[in-house]
Amino acid sequence: MNNVLVFPMIVPILAAMLLLFFRSNTAVQRWGSVGAMTVVFGTSVWILQQVMLHGILRLDFGEWLPPFGITFVADSFAMLLVTVSSLVTVLCLVYAAFAKDEKRESFFMYPFALLLAAGVNGSFLTGDLFNLFVCFEVMLLASYVLMTLGGEKKQLTEGIKYILINILSSWLFLLGIAYLYGTLGTLNMAHLSVRIAEAGQPPLLTTISMLFLVVFSLKAGLVLYFWLPGSYSTLPAAISALFAALLTKVGVYALFRTFTLLFYHEPSLTHKVIGYMAAATMIGGSIGALAHRDVRKIASYNVVIAIGFILVGLASFNIEAIQGSIYYLIHDILIKGLLFLLVGTIIHLTGKTRFDQESGLIANYPLFGWLFFIMILSLGGIPPFSGFAGKLFIGEGAIGAGHYGLTAIAFLSSLFVLYSLLRVFLIMFWGESSILSKNQIPLSKGMLAPLVALGIITTGLGLGMDYLSPYVSEAAHVLMNPDVYIEGALHNE
Amino acid sequence: MRENDVILQTVSKVAVFIVLTFGVYLFLAGHHHPGGGFIGGLMLSSAFVLLYLAFDVETVNKGLPFDYKKVAALGVLIATLTGTGSLVFDSSFLSQTFAYFNLPIFGKTELATVMLFESGVALGVIGVVVTIIISISEDV
Repeated sequence: MNNVLVFPMIVPILAAMLLLFFRSNTAVQRWGSVGAMTVVFGTSVWILQQVMLHGILRLDFGEWLPPFGITFVADSFAMLLVTVSSLVTVLCLVYAAFAKDEKRESFFMYPFALLLAAGVNGSFLTGDLFNLFVCFEVMLLASYVLMTLGGEKKQLTEGIKYILINILSSWLFLLGIAYLYGTLGTLNMAHLSVRIAEAGQPPLLTTISMLFLVVFSLKAGLVLYFWLPGSYSTLPAAISALFAALLTKVGVYALFRTFTLLFYHEPSLTHKVIGYMAAATMIGGSIGALAHRDVRKIASYNVVIAIGFILVGLASFNIEAIQGSIYYLIHDILIKGLLFLLVGTIIHLTGKTRFDQESGLIANYPLFGWLFFIMILSLGGIPPFSGFAGKLFIGEGAIGAGHYGLTAIAFLSSLFVLYSLLRVFLIMFWGESSILSKNQIPLSKGMLAPLVALGIITTGLGLGMDYLSPYVSEAAHVLMNPDVYIEGALHNE
Repeated sequence: MRENDVILQTVSKVAVFIVLTFGVYLFLAGHHHPGGGFIGGLMLSSAFVLLYLAFDVETVNKGLPFDYKKVAALGVLIATLTGTGSLVFDSSFLSQTFAYFNLPIFGKTELATVMLFESGVALGVIGVVVTIIISISEDV
């Protein structure tokens, strides 16, 4: 019994409900939500330490033992993601508190952002496939509201596409769960793993796994990313940063869980397909990132490329590659938050969305300009920033697995990431300043603070990789050895 | 607007009480039989919706001056707090317990903590359904 495991999900929900009573008081809305997520961040750091000390922790809801009841299972993979995503949520909320978008704030923006965080944390922590579906829905319903909040025409057209595609994928998810329950008679993930291993994953189960692959690919934006760039580029800065940092990563998490814990017996088929899909995602994302001149579109396609890159690790399916993916996943949550906050700030400051309409911004906002540059280097995986370790390990793992073509595509895509954003940097920030200093919109310290914090974190994480590595190797160890997870989630206590 | 809705209004005045009673019955039956907070809440909210249909929004709001968004929030708050309440008694999140009491009129009665949780669910459902119906009616 570790009741603390439920806190990352329940604290945001309670805070969101309390905030509904303070609709008119924006100060309470802003700082209440920041406070709640700070509490969540603190608790998750503590749980992560406990997991490192005592191994996998489990909470049985209502004292119903697994596999019958619903459980929350905290292994270091899940807790790392909960910790990082809570941290990014805190910083996005701080940004939103200073951006002062009062129209959205008075229509419950903060409560829904908290519910989104609750759904995300619940998805990471749950040990039950149906509960994963429920947490996905909590997250998606909150995201539907945040997507259309504000009611601009473009938001509504993209919002309807976003909602339709997600309802379709949720339906497929439910169908997959029904198939799995029909064939194996359980939905507890550890118990499923045991039964699939007993059956030796016959073709029927492999077919069901393909259904899950489609579902989670839709959520993660793996190959099926056609909905992503349009919808992410209609949102205000803080919300788009939350979406880019968290939503697709939950899909990636689900892919890792299902294809390391459940369907790992036919890697020559399933993981090969994932490899092809990752390659197609990186190629498509790179083309998209180069083709557009709208900075928000370029940023959205960068999300897509990173998803492909992380999945190269899963396709390679050895310990180095999985470690690399975890490093990169942590890095990507942070850096995509920073990228979207920076892009949103550019639009806030200049009012322009195309990068060729503005130049010389670094003369007006020097610190902001250098932050953008640091972000590009980190995103491209240049040492000493946080993207480097992930790229190195994924490359090592992919070569070890003999995926030379995939490795080549992965590293070429990194070059395209660098090129697509350096182009933005050179044109928008370098050159003749196009805004007179007396006309420039001041960039408030409050809005700059979360950006600087994220910049420091990405640098610090790159330099202090040694402190992170025990957590990551523990997480990779659990992912590569399903028995450890099963022991912790079914038999412990 | 509607010219003559005397029949609807007269029937509603009686029907609302029947619907409300049935809603409460479903809510209480839920512990051992089909029913519960969700279904009971839906039934109760259908009584409110019937009132809004038969009379206009202003009249009903005068009689039932609730902000239904806050009713929903209160419901979810009650439901989650009863879940966390089990932490105080050093048992797992969402644990429940029950006991038998001798009450004056009802005799030997089973009282369960699930009731509190379910009342939160019911309030949540009522709040959400009525909010949806009222906001749709404002659009038309």
